[in-house]
Amino acid sequence: MQTLVIEAGRAEKNYWRDLFNYRELFFILAWRDVTVRYKQTTAGAAWAIIQPMMSILIMTLIFGKLAGLHSAAPYAIMVSAGMLPWTFFSNSLSLSSQSVVNNANLISKIYFPRLIVPTSSVVVSFVDFLVACTILAVLMVWYHFWPTWRLVALPALMALAIAAALGPGFILTALTVRYRDFRIIIPFIVQFGIYACGVPFDNNLVHKHLGDGWYFVYSLNPMVGVIDGFRWAILGGAAGIYWPTFGLSIVLTLILLYIGIRYFRKTERLFADVI
Amino acid sequence: MTNTVIQVQDLSKRYVLGASGSTDGLRHVIHDLVMAPFRRLKGGVNEVNGIGRNGEAPKEKSFLALDGVSFEIQQGEVVGIIGRNGAGKSTLLKILSRITEPTTGRVQIRGRVASLLEVGTGFHPELTGRENIFLNGAILGMTRAEIKKKFDEIVAFAEVDKFLDTPVKRYSSGMYVRLAFAVAAHLEPEILVVDEVLAVGDAQFQKKCLGKMTEVAQGGRTVLFVSHQLPSVRALCSKVIWMDRGKVRQVGLPEKVIGDYLGETLSLTQAESIRKNGCVLESAVISDPKESSASALEAGKPWQVCVRYSLEEDLQTGVTLRISTIQGVVIVDVHECIRGGNVRRAGKYETTFDLSNVKLAPGSYLLSVNLMVHHGPLHLIADPYARFEVVGTLPGFNGTHWPYDIGGFLYAEPSVKTTALERFQPVV
Repeated sequence: MQTLVIEAGRAEKNYWRDLFNYRELFFILAWRDVTVRYKQTTAGAAWAIIQPMMSILIMTLIFGKLAGLHSAAPYAIMVSAGMLPWTFFSNSLSLSSQSVVNNANLISKIYFPRLIVPTSSVVVSFVDFLVACTILAVLMVWYHFWPTWRLVALPALMALAIAAALGPGFILTALTVRYRDFRIIIPFIVQFGIYACGVPFDNNLVHKHLGDGWYFVYSLNPMVGVIDGFRWAILGGAAGIYWPTFGLSIVLTLILLYIGIRYFRKTERLFADVI
Repeated sequence: MTNTVIQVQDLSKRYVLGASGSTDGLRHVIHDLVMAPFRRLKGGVNEVNGIGRNGEAPKEKSFLALDGVSFEIQQGEVVGIIGRNGAGKSTLLKILSRITEPTTGRVQIRGRVASLLEVGTGFHPELTGRENIFLNGAILGMTRAEIKKKFDEIVAFAEVDKFLDTPVKRYSSGMYVRLAFAVAAHLEPEILVVDEVLAVGDAQFQKKCLGKMTEVAQGGRTVLFVSHQLPSVRALCSKVIWMDRGKVRQVGLPEKVIGDYLGETLSLTQAESIRKNGCVLESAVISDPKESSASALEAGKPWQVCVRYSLEEDLQTGVTLRISTIQGVVIVDVHECIRGGNVRRAGKYETTFDLSNVKLAPGSYLLSVNLMVHHGPLHLIADPYARFEVVGTLPGFNGTHWPYDIGGFLYAEPSVKTTALERFQPVV
């Protein structure tokens, strides 16, 4: 028979085992979020395609045609290779930061490792991402642009993107529970971030303009590395990657993930009291 | 019976008052961060919005929802927790369910705990009945396999089989609650923690809930049960914990603890005095004239209300009592008949109403006391003045029946007689 001890400030040694024990709840919450996301919409999951597609279209027109920026690969493919991971990241951030507050009734009535909630909303964004990948597939067929062997790296890059989304996601989730200000701040971050990560233009261009030093600063944003990685894998020989900043991205992502989990774990004990 | 499953030692929970109001916005935190050095320069005060430097709340701005609570529960016991609102019952359950952490103290629980602090936690309106059964089951801690195994039983219990594939937002509230309870009822934990969930639904549904609770209790499982409904506590529990202002007041057998609890609720009616228009209502005590000790009123026994008041000036007035249900339905008004011209001199008075012929059924009632003249001016209103309980069972019903089955406020002992008028012969 299992024995449970409840004490003040007890750093639960079996937190990770608990997390494993509650995996069914995790799956079912993720399934719930995915099912509910497009209920009672006429377009349904097509929304997951329509939104990024419109952005890709506009950016290709403005930056590719009007501004005439250069890209080795077809501009639309270059943009979508950045837009898809970015959409995943921004959706994860918005959904996860709201997740605990939206599940306040669960938090205040039932115990479970709270990490489940924001993580399950990342699953929703991932499903959206998979659906949206059809855009890329269609574009590639349209432009007769065939991927190289580098595509094999995509799952690993996706794992990096998930880690990059989870870290800040946990921090923002915990902050939103306490300070609802983040409800307003996050859409702003998302809007601004699309440019800060170089979604509409080739990061090689940015690199050329900024030089090594400033590009290094630019790459302190982990999503820059993720997007560079995606382009490297999808665009094949047409995209270069600057390995030092990519390595920096990986390190920063892991550090943010660690801080995110630590901060979330530290504050989650108070969720039920402050929510 | 040495098999302790829940051991609570010196448990306390402190809440900071006003914290959620004054420090919830980020602006305040930033403001405080910026202002903190200046504040320290000014007077060396290192408290920021009631929170000390080390995160500890200063004593005057916080309160103890639980204050040094200790008790033990053995395997298979059904324990009721009673107490007034704000006594700390719900906080205790929240700690036991691990939703919130205690400030100090320690709890040791042996076995799988399922807590039912609400019926239908996590139900999603957009999902169908079928989907919600799985969702809610998982939230309550059942595995998918367990839910699958009990699925048909749950559906049958809830009587919603026709609407399984309809989103629950289209359910009637009755169907919704039935489905929610059905899932909860099929939970099979070793320890069940239940909060006032039985207070929802109609009488029929409450009866079903209580029936299920009895079944669980008889199945040898440990149940911890918070309720305001004393009859159900009395019927279900083998042990009662009475909580008062965050402390354990008394632990013991249901009859004894509930009796003492009601006794105190009654004597509390003398606590406050009300002053208005030169009248001071000092006390109104409900009691059984034959029993000196203040205990609960028992249905069908004689009872009286004794009102003490003083007049600061000569006044034409008298006492009126009103007995009503908790819902505010008036059961009876009784007046001390004072016609015009009968003026009372300034002084102290005591008026006793013998209400033995007003027979109330077991339940909770409200007493209001007014000082007024019949068809004349109203000097003082205390509405309601106190809440009181009548305990006992109705005649003809033994312990195996739920008093909930019977409606009404009156305790009746009719003389019943049945005569055979005619016998029908079986058709050959």
